[in-house]
Amino acid sequence: MRVRAQIGKVLNLDKCIGCHTCSVTCKNVWTSRDGVEYAWFNNVETKPGTGYPTDWENQKRWHGGWTRSASGKLHPKQGSKWRIMANIFANPSMPEIDDYYEPFDFDYDHLKSASEGSVFPTARPRSKITGERMEKIEKGPNWEEILGGEFSKRSEDYNFENVQKEIYGEYENTFMMYLPRLCEHCLNPTCSASCPSGAIYKREEDGIVLIDQEKCRGWRMCISGCPYKKVYYNWDTGKSEKCTFCYPRIESGQPTVCSETCVGRIRYLGVILYDADKIEAAASSERETDLYGAQLDVFLDPNDPEVIASARRDGVPEDWIEAAKVSPVWKMAMDWKVAFPLHPEYRTLPMVWYIPPLSPIQNAAQAGQIAMSDQMPDVRSLRIPVKYLANMLTAGDEEPIVHALERMSAMRLYMRALSVDGVRDEAIAARVGMAGRVIEDMYKIMAIADYEDRFAIPTSHREQNEQGGDIRGGCGFTDGNGCSTGDTGKTTLFGGKKKPFALPTETF
Amino acid sequence: MFANLDIDFIIFGIMPYAALTVLVVGSIARYERDPFTWKSASSQLLRQKQLFWGSVLFHVGIITVFFGHLIGLFTPVWVLDALGVPHGLKQWMAVLIGGPAGLASLIGATILLHRRLTDSRIRATSSFADIAILALIWLQLIVGLFTITQTLQHMDGAEMVRFMNWSQSILTWNVNAWTDMVDVHWLYRFHIFLGLIITALFPFTRLVHMISGFAAPFRYLLRRPGYQIVRSRRQRPLEERRDAFDARQAKPGATAPTAGE
Repeated sequence: MRVRAQIGKVLNLDKCIGCHTCSVTCKNVWTSRDGVEYAWFNNVETKPGTGYPTDWENQKRWHGGWTRSASGKLHPKQGSKWRIMANIFANPSMPEIDDYYEPFDFDYDHLKSASEGSVFPTARPRSKITGERMEKIEKGPNWEEILGGEFSKRSEDYNFENVQKEIYGEYENTFMMYLPRLCEHCLNPTCSASCPSGAIYKREEDGIVLIDQEKCRGWRMCISGCPYKKVYYNWDTGKSEKCTFCYPRIESGQPTVCSETCVGRIRYLGVILYDADKIEAAASSERETDLYGAQLDVFLDPNDPEVIASARRDGVPEDWIEAAKVSPVWKMAMDWKVAFPLHPEYRTLPMVWYIPPLSPIQNAAQAGQIAMSDQMPDVRSLRIPVKYLANMLTAGDEEPIVHALERMSAMRLYMRALSVDGVRDEAIAARVGMAGRVIEDMYKIMAIADYEDRFAIPTSHREQNEQGGDIRGGCGFTDGNGCSTGDTGKTTLFGGKKKPFALPTETF
Repeated sequence: MFANLDIDFIIFGIMPYAALTVLVVGSIARYERDPFTWKSASSQLLRQKQLFWGSVLFHVGIITVFFGHLIGLFTPVWVLDALGVPHGLKQWMAVLIGGPAGLASLIGATILLHRRLTDSRIRATSSFADIAILALIWLQLIVGLFTITQTLQHMDGAEMVRFMNWSQSILTWNVNAWTDMVDVHWLYRFHIFLGLIITALFPFTRLVHMISGFAAPFRYLLRRPGYQIVRSRRQRPLEERRDAFDARQAKPGATAPTAGE
């Protein structure tokens, strides 16, 4: 046993309202710069849809994630190390910026500077890459929002595999859900495995996966390696960038910006202890449907005395062990089994998990006949097909999804009985294999979702990492390049860019 | 020796040292001072079109040509003789391997130069250095291929041995070697001159990615066991932490570990 800790994350899709606050706050903090205008470390997709970049889930096309060979060994789907080296001159699996969208801005200035004319001035779009006029915007970061576009295109969604999808194109039968996405900070990341420079690494202390900007050489294999397409190539600096899990915030015990600002309170952060020795075997599970269970086996119970002893011996700080015991992520993933990894079949063992959404009863309109099973609405007759959710979260295995949805609908029934009738109906809890007390805890964390219940983040132990004297007078957080400004550009000796400070030319 | 500072002495006597010094010192300075700017500066994200054939042909060709020059020029003549390789044969090998490789590289460079100059996205994001270095290499490939027309006129290898001696005498500090270059055909002389210019420009352009490219196979294929990289910021590796923990537990009156282990 080799115990490591990671700050894991759960997103409760049952409560996501698709407001994009997470995306916007993330962009304001991290990617409002040249070269990454098109990059959204966090984005929210409307499902069903092909997503951003288009069709990202289809690994037959993008070759992201891992492949298990006949001998049971794993190698990146885009090729083993030799193949990756051979593709270094031109990466055949890399998306073009048009697969995301061409970044644009509008000529806002024209609105106030246009000369007087017979028509009202407009702000027309302009490419952020070339600066040229764009006559038509073909694509944007959220092109399919609220089921935008025709069903024939959206239905190319990979999660429709083995689903009779035609009927969902009909207005009466359509369904919709939101899927906020960010880097999964995987236990077995393909981005880092694909990097010939060794610039991408996972941090031992908190599991955050980062790109060393000074070591990245722009070979761009990480972009095709990541099956979630969450590594972005900065076309201005020539380096790859990705979600940092807001590590400066996490280190000081604060939630990530996306989690902090989530209006629907759907995001949870907490410590998960895991056994690093089990990662390889788990990721190499023979059947894809076994991967979800295999990943559960990698996680270690923070209340198990043996685990605690090993964790101490391996240097996991005491307050991290304590945080793991109250981790909302542990409760949802392990205790209640309502959270699932996104596309476990990619074999990356992702660490951002999702609670599937409940949805209205599909045929409720039909003369009040509500499909009931065992006095509860049959979750298999919900508007969002279980198979669709299973394709997304459990490699197609419906049982765990049904189980989770039943627990969530039992929670509603139980709490309704409690708050309306004042009755603690243990029978409802028992039907889904829980105790009423546990359901009430589940309700407190998942439905009420107080700040303290959502986030249990221990601070990092800087005193373990560095001597205070060594960093005295240091330059703090920079954009790479040590204490230099890190600005690249067109006029420095080594081909970097010198950005003048933008001083206001007018003062009011 | 320094009696008349003629142009041949400057180009073939001084410039090699100047160019190599700039290459080495400049590269070290950039790697140490500005590692963030050390990159291939790929433009594949912005436009896939023309990149695959252009880049693959260019790179495969030019790497062949690069190592051909390196091995061909810097293998001591006595090694050739000891191995029993006739000079004429070596020259034929150079023409037969270098010719097609240079041609492939030129085709690739032409595609890439066309793409860089005409594609609005690539043009807008190119620096002057990006365009200039590609144009220089393109010109160098053409000049290099034209030297073959001269080479074919004397296939005994004698001219080639002159170039080998000159190259090697730079490394052996033979300051009179430049005189050998005075009466060779101007195409060769121009080719060498351009080569030295490109060498000197190396640290100031995207060419620095060559070093990373040559290092990558060693780092990635040979030195990295498995695929994953985990970095620890803890001061001691796992085994030491475990040993220290066990030692502390063995002491009488041991308590829970303090943070910092």
